[in-house]
Amino acid sequence: MEDLRLMKGNEAFAEAAIRAGCDGYFGYPITPQSEVMEYLMKERPENRTGMVVLQAESEVSSINMVYAGAGCGKKVMTSTSSPGYSLMQEGISYIAAAELPCVVLNVVRGGPGLGTIQPSQSDYFQATKGGGHGDYRLIVLAPSSVQEMADFVPMGFDLAFKYRNPVLVLADGVIGQTMEKVVLQPQRPRLTEEEIRKNTPWATVGKSIDREHNIVTSLDLQAASQEKHVLHLQEKYREIEAAESRCEMIKCEDADYVLVAYGSSARICQKAVDLLRAKGVKVGLLRPITLWPFPSKEVKELATRVKGFMSVEMSLGQMVEDVKLAVEGKVKVEFFGRCGGIVPAPEEVVHAVETKLL
Amino acid sequence: MSSNICTPENLVYKKTSLLTDKVMHYCPGCGHGTIHRALMEVVDEMGLQDKTIGIAPVGCSVLAYDYMNIDMQEAAHGRAPAVATAIKRLMPEKFVFTYQGDGDLAAIGTAETIHCCNRGENILMVFVNNAIYGMTGGQMAPTTLEGMKTATSPYGRDVEKVGWPLRITEMVAQLNGVWSASRHTVHTPAAVMKLKKALKKGIEDSMAGKGTCFVEVCSSCNSGWKMSPVEANKWMAEHVLEYFVPGDIKVDGKMVR
Ligand SMILES: Cc1ncc(C[n+]2csc(CCOP(=O)(O)OP(=O)(O)O)c2C)c(N)n1
Ligand code: SF4
Repeated sequence: MEDLRLMKGNEAFAEAAIRAGCDGYFGYPITPQSEVMEYLMKERPENRTGMVVLQAESEVSSINMVYAGAGCGKKVMTSTSSPGYSLMQEGISYIAAAELPCVVLNVVRGGPGLGTIQPSQSDYFQATKGGGHGDYRLIVLAPSSVQEMADFVPMGFDLAFKYRNPVLVLADGVIGQTMEKVVLQPQRPRLTEEEIRKNTPWATVGKSIDREHNIVTSLDLQAASQEKHVLHLQEKYREIEAAESRCEMIKCEDADYVLVAYGSSARICQKAVDLLRAKGVKVGLLRPITLWPFPSKEVKELATRVKGFMSVEMSLGQMVEDVKLAVEGKVKVEFFGRCGGIVPAPEEVVHAVETKLL
Repeated sequence: MSSNICTPENLVYKKTSLLTDKVMHYCPGCGHGTIHRALMEVVDEMGLQDKTIGIAPVGCSVLAYDYMNIDMQEAAHGRAPAVATAIKRLMPEKFVFTYQGDGDLAAIGTAETIHCCNRGENILMVFVNNAIYGMTGGQMAPTTLEGMKTATSPYGRDVEKVGWPLRITEMVAQLNGVWSASRHTVHTPAAVMKLKKALKKGIEDSMAGKGTCFVEVCSSCNSGWKMSPVEANKWMAEHVLEYFVPGDIKVDGKMVR
């Protein structure tokens, strides 16, 4: 039977973590995502599955706990919001360099600085172009519903372990705080040490006599081998780009114009598409599900048959750069966005399309 | 010719198999090598190789994982206590230790150190205090002595301007989560034997879930101090140990100093 619940996005994420067979959650409170840890603490997953939940002294500490758990082949995760995500950059760079699998949730709030606790999408650059130091990439998933907040946890772990790469779930305050219906997946068992030794032979779980000692590190003092390692990472990223880019296309078949939007903005744009179509304007919506890899192929293909694009974001124009890169100047690319924690109304999007795009 | 004398009956010392055959990069006279050996000998004697996960710091001992023949993780600068916390929480049956220098443990990682100790994580923390930043070329550390010259205190540490050398072992000893705290040296064979005893007890107690076991080792950095190894040992005994007094600070959950 279907397990249907009414939950906040943050709670759905937490419940999905327990059910995904997650071994450990390490976090530090910050609005608008504190419900993730609050839910886990209340739920006592140590009794349900043996999952460890720990409140760390900072995001610096929690991301390093994630590094450690991932290095032991465990399914570990953390969640935070923008200022906390900035603090995690050092650890995330180390995790990417050491090729460790984990899931990180950033429920974005408006920046820069301490900014506002209201929803925003202004961390797109940080999420998709780097954030920490060095040549690395994260797989970035952008949920646009409570259902996806839940679904992206097991999917995130699968991708993270498949590629030995951190996965970032980039949500925003609206998705984190909104209550919606969600169908929860059945409980997956946590892995045993035996399974971990078999599945992730590189994990530091104690040196057995049948193998050399395992080392989890991101250090390589020799330039030649460090270059080789970074090139190896690049090769992995190209493989991910080829295989894992995902998006949803709504009413794009006959569209003259296409809106590009993710997360809450995509929900708003869906409404705007309907309003515009009622006025006789053929508009479609392309919703990237993976922000990295960006669905450039789909955008490129659309660029051969539509008259223009508009990137709609709760930022002052970040994803629009990736849209432009994919469109390669073939048709016009406009931008509409609000910032500082303001969520645009569908009518504002309609107005922007009518004044900038048509 | 010399191989003739390498016969079993002539063997008086054998390197533990828990140290690899890699040539250590440490300067001749450095304390790190001796501390590595003491720790690995104890882990070997206790038969814990397959249960041990060690955390290397950022500092001169960043490559400890190349020398210790156990599973190890290299932590970001100062984050070893957070790393150790997660490993021990996720695998409570393992023996987990951190190995950290003074810059790592008592400057950039102070928050991680204090909160790990305050939670009473069941781990062993080995704190190598050489009163200087060895790896980066001899800059001032939180433990640099008053008046001591370093690359970033070329006229000597001015405590009025940069504060006093930090006795972090005495600080963490106050925390309820800490089961034991002591200070050692490795500049004489007798001191090494004492250290080994403390390490053994720290491993036993942390494995028994008593809390955090904290072992400081005052060690010379003859390169950073710009002295010969012999002079460095002498200087340590005369100056470092005056301020960082060796001995037990907390034993079995009780302050003894
Ligand atoms: C975030 C960060 N800041 C600074 C450094 C540079 N750094 C490397 S080792 C070190 C100091 C190490 O000193 P200590 O912990 O006392 O160990 P020692 O080398 O003396 O054994 C510093 C500052 C770094 N690697 N990472
Ligand atoms: S610089 Fe100092 S701490 Fe580093 S290896 Fe040399 S003597 Fe040892």
